[in-house]
Amino acid sequence: MSHSPTQDTLVGLFVALGIASLFFLAFQASNLSAYAEHDTYTLTARFENSGGLKVKSPVSAAGVKIGQVIAITFDPKTYDSVVKMHIDSQYNTFPDDTTASIFTAGLLGEQYVNLEAGGSEIILKDQDKIEITQSAIILEKAIGQFLFKAAEEKK
Amino acid sequence: MIEQLQLLGNQTRGSFAKLGRGTLFLLQTLTGIGSVIPRPRLLLNQLYSVGVLSFLIITISGLFVGMVLSLQGYYTLSDFGAEASLGLMVATSLVRELGPVVSALLFAGRAGSALTAEIGLMKATEQLSGMEMMAVDPIQRIIAPRFLAGLIAMPLLAGLFSAIGILGGQLVGSGLLGVDDGAYWAQMQAKIDFQGDIVNGIIKSLTFGFVTTWIALFEGYDATPTAEGVSRATTRTVVNSAFSVLGLDFILTALMFGDD
Repeated sequence: MSHSPTQDTLVGLFVALGIASLFFLAFQASNLSAYAEHDTYTLTARFENSGGLKVKSPVSAAGVKIGQVIAITFDPKTYDSVVKMHIDSQYNTFPDDTTASIFTAGLLGEQYVNLEAGGSEIILKDQDKIEITQSAIILEKAIGQFLFKAAEEKK
Repeated sequence: MIEQLQLLGNQTRGSFAKLGRGTLFLLQTLTGIGSVIPRPRLLLNQLYSVGVLSFLIITISGLFVGMVLSLQGYYTLSDFGAEASLGLMVATSLVRELGPVVSALLFAGRAGSALTAEIGLMKATEQLSGMEMMAVDPIQRIIAPRFLAGLIAMPLLAGLFSAIGILGGQLVGSGLLGVDDGAYWAQMQAKIDFQGDIVNGIIKSLTFGFVTTWIALFEGYDATPTAEGVSRATTRTVVNSAFSVLGLDFILTALMFGDD
């Protein structure tokens, strides 16, 4: 097979386009840009029920994503769900009376941890525990309670 | 009755023997790859015929697959008021499954069959034997560069397929169906995981490239050196490649996306 400069150019173009498309997938279509590993610190929170929370679920404050859940374990002694999360270290000013609650984005959306700062002077550090938590709202439970209440009122 | 049993036994033995030859051939090819490095010209020529010539069919198919996915996904998703997830749906299906699988099937049809026919014809016209007479190892000279080219081209083609598909989906989604452009990309970026989805997709396409090129080269190398033999080998290449790609895809998917 003879070779020509055009063929070389075309092969080069092909390889360049192929690699460009992989980069496109990595940076434009995936969460790689969010990976850009900032320094993080770890906080733990105990929830009575962590609902549909998953590893990698977002942690946000005032609607802005500030970290993610890295582990969810069950504590067999207290029957609690222990949620570990990584928070960007640039947001290291949460006081120790911060409330962690599990909310749902939209009616059927995914669940996330919301942090709401309190008024304390003492700031949470790496490996600290968030004491005040609010569990996930389980839809079945809420509906059950609502129906129960409605039945009570009718009596 | 006895004759049929004999035939069955013969065929079973034949297929095992073929598998054995195929494995041996693969090992020889893998050891022959080292000899390609000092002669990049061989690889470049093959990259041209395997990769560049497949470029058009892959990109056009990718575009249309993405557009159709977007169209079909929209009708299903809009029933649930979840049109905003269109980008996520298109990208997940493309990156995880359709990109690697469909481009591997197209690759087997476009490049694999050509490889088999080329090598089968070389064998039929005794070019391979001629090379051996001149003390040139045909595995090193002919097979290894083609194998390497297939291995390199396949992930690039699958990446192109997925990328163009996502763009095509966006074209239809926001251009034709009125899905919000920002939501299309934002949901995708939030949920497509680089390691879990993109890297696994690339691993898939590498595996498919490996298998389809191996099958294509071996079928050509092992073909009966007649016109009919080459034609049969070409058919077998496409059929076997399709089977192996789809079967492997199931196994790989079960391994990769099992828990989550």
